[in-house]
Amino acid sequence: MPSLHALANPARFLKLARPLTPILFWSGLVLLAIGLWGALFRIPPDYLQGETVRIMHIHIPTASLGMGAWAGIALSSVVYLVWRHPLAMVAARAIALPGAVFCGLCLVTGSIWGRPTWGTWWEWDGRLTSMLLLFFVYLGFMALSRADAERGGDGRIPAIYGIAGSVLLPIIRYSVIWWNTLHQGQSISLTKSTIDNSILWPLPFTLLGFSLIFGAVVLMRMRTLLATAKAEARMRRMAA
Amino acid sequence: MNPWPFVFGAYGVTFAAIMALVLWSWIAMRRSERK
Repeated sequence: MPSLHALANPARFLKLARPLTPILFWSGLVLLAIGLWGALFRIPPDYLQGETVRIMHIHIPTASLGMGAWAGIALSSVVYLVWRHPLAMVAARAIALPGAVFCGLCLVTGSIWGRPTWGTWWEWDGRLTSMLLLFFVYLGFMALSRADAERGGDGRIPAIYGIAGSVLLPIIRYSVIWWNTLHQGQSISLTKSTIDNSILWPLPFTLLGFSLIFGAVVLMRMRTLLATAKAEARMRRMAA
Repeated sequence: MNPWPFVFGAYGVTFAAIMALVLWSWIAMRRSERK
């Protein structure tokens, strides 16, 4: 298994990323297909929510990945600032777009789920508002890191922004405890769940499936950024 | 209230957005690696 420093070499990273990208995508798609088939056609309706409980199997993975992606950006930013790992900022930039898409999907699926369950598409409560803030923070990071790259910046400002934005993660996580919200409290943890297994079983499949596809997209975007940087460096050498 | 339009709406939006993201990322990667 290559170490973090061995992967700092883009050529070595690409050697690993090229075969890994289709493996992650296709295995993620298979797991997702199993999970979605189970969630849509196999699980029974919930005694209280009825058929709309099926939205949970896409809402929870999109929420987890929307938040987890920002943790990835923050971690990459720390690695970049402390060790100057050349691929760390590339990884942070590559994570931002899929992170924003998953964060946006969490908001949209939550809103669609909220209408028949709560009787409203949107409520300005702690969980929903803090998640919406995270979505805007993603947009800010993408704009900032793009502007920094175009102006030949060293990536320090987006990295600091990436770390500062992580303050939202515990706020989102504990918003249902700190404030009286319409959003339900935590019903699933690593060790226990208040949801019956007959309804819950497709969730690990959709969670892992979405995660692997997310990983494949991050690798594709990292490869894009590295290839673009290489092409630009070549053009600069030719112009000199 | 019929729940199925909400269920299929949520699944449809998610599937379409993720497939668009994958396709866009793949096309961008192929284009930049070919340069």
